[in-house]
This record gives sequence, C-alpha cells and structure tokens, in this order.
Amino acid sequence: MKVQPILRLKNISKAFGSFQAVKDINLEIFEGEFFTIVGPSGSGKSTLIRLLVGMDDLTSGEIYLRGNRIDRTPANLRPTCMVFQSLALFPHMSVGQNIEFPLKLKKMAPNDRKQKSLELLDLLRLPKSFYEKRISQCSGGEKQRVALARALAFDPEILFFDEPLSALDYRLRKTLEKELKNLHLRTGKTFVYITHSLEEAMVMSDRIAIMRGGEFEQISVSDDIYERPVSRFVAEFMGEVNLFEVSGTKKLGLKSENPNFHINCDPSKAKLGLADGIGGVLVVRPECLRFLTNSESADFVLTGKLKAEYALGSRTQYEIETASQNIITVEKLREDRFMGKEGSKVTLGFDAESAHIIEEL
Amino acid sequence: MEKLDRKLGFFSSIPLGLILAISFLAPLFVVALFSTMPQKVFSLGQLPDFSSYKLFFNQGYYKSLLWSLSMALISTAILFFICWPLAFGMAKVFKKFTLVLTIAVVMSLFVSENIRLFGWSLTLMKGGLLEGHLRAWTGIALPSLLYNTGIIIFGLVYVYLPFMLFPLAQGIAMVPEDARQAAADLGANRWQILLYVDLPLSSPGIMVGSLLCFVLGAGAMSESKLLGGQSVIVIADDIETAFTFGQNWPLGASLSMILIIIIGALAIYGINKIDLDTVMGRKR
Repeated sequence: MKVQPILRLKNISKAFGSFQAVKDINLEIFEGEFFTIVGPSGSGKSTLIRLLVGMDDLTSGEIYLRGNRIDRTPANLRPTCMVFQSLALFPHMSVGQNIEFPLKLKKMAPNDRKQKSLELLDLLRLPKSFYEKRISQCSGGEKQRVALARALAFDPEILFFDEPLSALDYRLRKTLEKELKNLHLRTGKTFVYITHSLEEAMVMSDRIAIMRGGEFEQISVSDDIYERPVSRFVAEFMGEVNLFEVSGTKKLGLKSENPNFHINCDPSKAKLGLADGIGGVLVVRPECLRFLTNSESADFVLTGKLKAEYALGSRTQYEIETASQNIITVEKLREDRFMGKEGSKVTLGFDAESAHIIEEL
Repeated sequence: MEKLDRKLGFFSSIPLGLILAISFLAPLFVVALFSTMPQKVFSLGQLPDFSSYKLFFNQGYYKSLLWSLSMALISTAILFFICWPLAFGMAKVFKKFTLVLTIAVVMSLFVSENIRLFGWSLTLMKGGLLEGHLRAWTGIALPSLLYNTGIIIFGLVYVYLPFMLFPLAQGIAMVPEDARQAAADLGANRWQILLYVDLPLSSPGIMVGSLLCFVLGAGAMSESKLLGGQSVIVIADDIETAFTFGQNWPLGASLSMILIIIIGALAIYGINKIDLDTVMGRKR
C-alpha cells in the first residue's frame, strides 16, 4: 500500500516580477515527519514556506493537504500554523493570552482554554506561573517556547518553522534543537522546518531538502546528505569538506592531475570510478583523513606541508597545503591528535569506503 | 563624575525651569484665585466666597459645558472612524502617496482656522457657493445649511482632522506586520485581526489622537460662532463673554477652572495609560 503524503506540492512556482523565487517544485511530505528545508539566504526557502502557510499566493502549481487542494485557501482557514523567525508574539497580551489566542478564535470556553494552555506550558517545560507573565518579561528561550505553545494550541495538521532559532545564542540554540526534536517525538506532529544551517537540520530532521536558487538540489535523509552529496554545492554547504578534482579512465578508473595525489586501489570496485573522459570530484570529510607514518599506506594517499593547527575543543583541525596550493582540512578527535610541527612534511591517506564521487560534466 | 554631571544638569536647568513655572503656572494660579472671588471684582484683595461656582449651576452655564463636551466627544468619535482607514492606508498601504497626503493635510494648516471656517461659511450659507448655484441652475431653494449643531460638529471634524490622522497613522505604523500575519495564521479573520491586534497595538496613537481632538474640541469656539451662528453657546464662548462684555472676571475664571480641571484630569489619565516613548517611535 502506498502511503498517502500529508502534504503534496505539485509544480509550484512563485515569481516576483521577472525573478523566479521558487521554480517548479515537487515535494511530498509524510505524516509525522520532521522535514527540513535548508538553503543559503536568497535560495527561496522563506518564500516557499510563506506559500505553504498561505501568506503569499502561488504563481502556478497546486498544494494538497491530505489530498485536498488548499492553495486557494487563505492563511486563516488553513489547518496549518507557523512559528515565525521573529516569533511574532503579541506584545500586548500575557503569555497565557498568547497561547489561548487560537483557542479563543475557536470559541473554546475560558476555563477549557486556561486548562489547555497550562497543559501546553507544562509540555514545553515552562512553570505554571508563566501564565500571567508579560511577553516582555520572558527571555529569548522562554519566548521561543511560548511561540511554540501558541502554535501547538492551534493544533495544526502541519507545524511550520521559519528559522525560529537563528536569533538565539549558540548554547541556547543547541538546547532548543534537541528540545524541538524531543517535542516532535512526543507530539507526533508533522514538522516542516526551515533553516540556513545544515548542522541544525541534521540534529533534528528525518529528511532534509537542500534548496538552491529556488529549486531542490537534493532531498534525502541526513546521513545521505553528509556522506553522499549529489553536488559540489551540497558537499560544501555542510561545513568542512575536501574535494579532489579527478577524471575517469578506461574500465571505470580514476586519475588525478595532481602529482602529490596517489591512487592505490581499483576505484571501479569501490564504485568510485568514472567513465573515460568524464570529470568529477572526490568528496572526503575532514574526519576521514588519516596521517600516515612511513610504513602505512591507504587507498588514496597524498602529501603536503602542515600549515596550521586549530583547537576546536573536542576536536583538532589541521590545514595541510599540497604542492598545488590546495588546502586540505583534516580533523581528529582531541585524544587522537597529531603531534607534528607546523611546516613539516606530512602524508595523508583515506580509504575508498569513506570517499564519495560526484560526477561533473 | 557622572554624578557631578547630573548635579550640574539639575542646577543649570533651574533658571529656565523657574521661568517656565512662572509663565505657565502663575497665570493659572491667578485664574484659580480669581475664580473664588465675589462677583464682578477686579482685585484679589477680597474674601473668597466661591459665588461664581454657584452661578455655574444656577445660571445654566453647565449647559454650555455639556454642549462643548458632547460635541467634542461626537466629533472625536467621527474623526476616529473617518481617520482609521486613511491612517491605515498611510501607515501600511500607500507608500509614496503617504507623503502627498501628508503634505496636502499639513498645507491646509498653513491657512488660519478662522479664514478656513469663513470659507465654509461662504460655501454653505444661503445664497452661498452651494445653495446659490443650485438655486440659479435648478430653481430649487434650500434652507441655509448653517446655524445648527450638525454643522458645528462638521466644523470640528474638519478643523481637527490632522490632529487625529497623524497620531493614528503613527500608532498603526507601530503594529508589527508579523503579528498581524501570525494572527491570520492562527485563524483570525480580518475583523478579528482588527479587534485583537491592530486596535490594541495602535492604542497609544488612538489615545493621543483622541485626547488631542477632544481637548481641542472642548475648548473650541470659532466653529460654533462662525458656522453655528451661536445656535449653541459653548463654554469657551461663555468664558470669553464673562471676561469681556460681562466684566465678570471671577465668573470667567471659575468657568475656566472647571474646564481646565475636567480636561486636565482626562489628559493625565490618558497620558498615564500610554508610553510616550513608543509613540515617538522607539523600538520595543
């Protein structure tokens, strides 16, 4: 049996004048999923979410919620809800009144309303005393939770998030990311989240879509995006990555123009090979590279000069400059850190299993 | 150092503070004193007997006050309803046209209020611009449009429109757009957004505009004189008469005091309710 998606986007586009912000997007999101759309600013992700909640009209295309077409339904009649980047809490209402706002619109009795909003405060781990508090008395993280509680009070079919954590400091953001994931598990609701940070997306999401120039570049589970990016853009979007320019040879082999880069294995067996005359990049994450001693070898080996070393806390990062002026990034856990002098010659290696090839025409 | 600065600031503000106190409060104090004097005296050297305040009730001056207050109230309410859509447009919709509208409204203030009211008088009087043309062209004669309460309220609305429009536009501009969108997203329709978001969040502007219009309207006199033809006597008219024709300073003073107390109480109540900083555009 094919599972019916809760939200289906069919060829949706949005143009502002001659500028195509969203280009012919197709997407299916399933019940209970934590789906994250990641993209740099200007990629069209915020436009897309505004289309989904009904704050902007589509230029063309259709949106279906549980099979019912909703793209002509105004925002206030759609059973979806969004947590804004600015949170958009009502400053003139107390925390309780904010949370009760959607319930009041649904004509729920005052006592039931209060009951429900106290339950939501509890769900978001805010003390009951917050009910009477003014919004201006809440801290950033508390406001975040109030906004979430207000959205949950609406009891939406899908809860949308428009970068709600981007204004918070690093530590609070990390805490709230986990809390959000936890909340997703406890409520079982469908979450659609937008962010510019793939790191944030990876912590929370079931599936991630990478957006670029109004289109999806890759839609997949987070491991796939990290280990098997479909393009250079996706690979580089997720923080540090090493890309080696290679080209295909006969019998699906690989060759490199770089004299310091040695291929000691049969790439075709590791499914890394390319057809003759085809160019590509070999993707290796910094933590997959090893420093080799004279006796050691690896499937791929390269040499260079240790240029810099940065302590990142739990990890240490090294920059190695190859003869062709390329900078290779290597990361090691602090306990395995490499003791080498800056400027000294080093040999690096990685195995075929930890590499991934992207074909580029 | 900071403490010294603050002290110096305080001391250097004393001279100007004194001048302001003398020029603002002293006349008020004199009026307050005069209001307690016996009838028709011109010095403060008498024993106070508060007889003027009795006159206020006995001789029907309270009626003038009620006229003034109720016409001010009605015109303020009308102004609010007229100006809300206009102010909303200026704050949220019109963009460049807002400037045109602002200049147009401000330009009208360059001409003296009395002259503009005379203009209306010439337009609306029997044989005036409107009625004269109508009669010449169609032969239908209309009764004069002037000299009734309605036209006084029209005058008040006309004269005090800028005093409602600009504070209201300022107030509406303070309503964050995302709060309105969030309300819609949470299921609010247009009227519910107006009721739960727009009105409460622009309340400082509403308060300032209404207060200005009410206070100015309650003390207004030209509208009832020039357009109303004194079909209704307003309190400001009574006060003027008492000081001039009536030669009864204590009566004029007591009527002034009553008006000042009522309006002052209202203004203080209103200003306490709003945060002036947010009206002046400070971010929350």
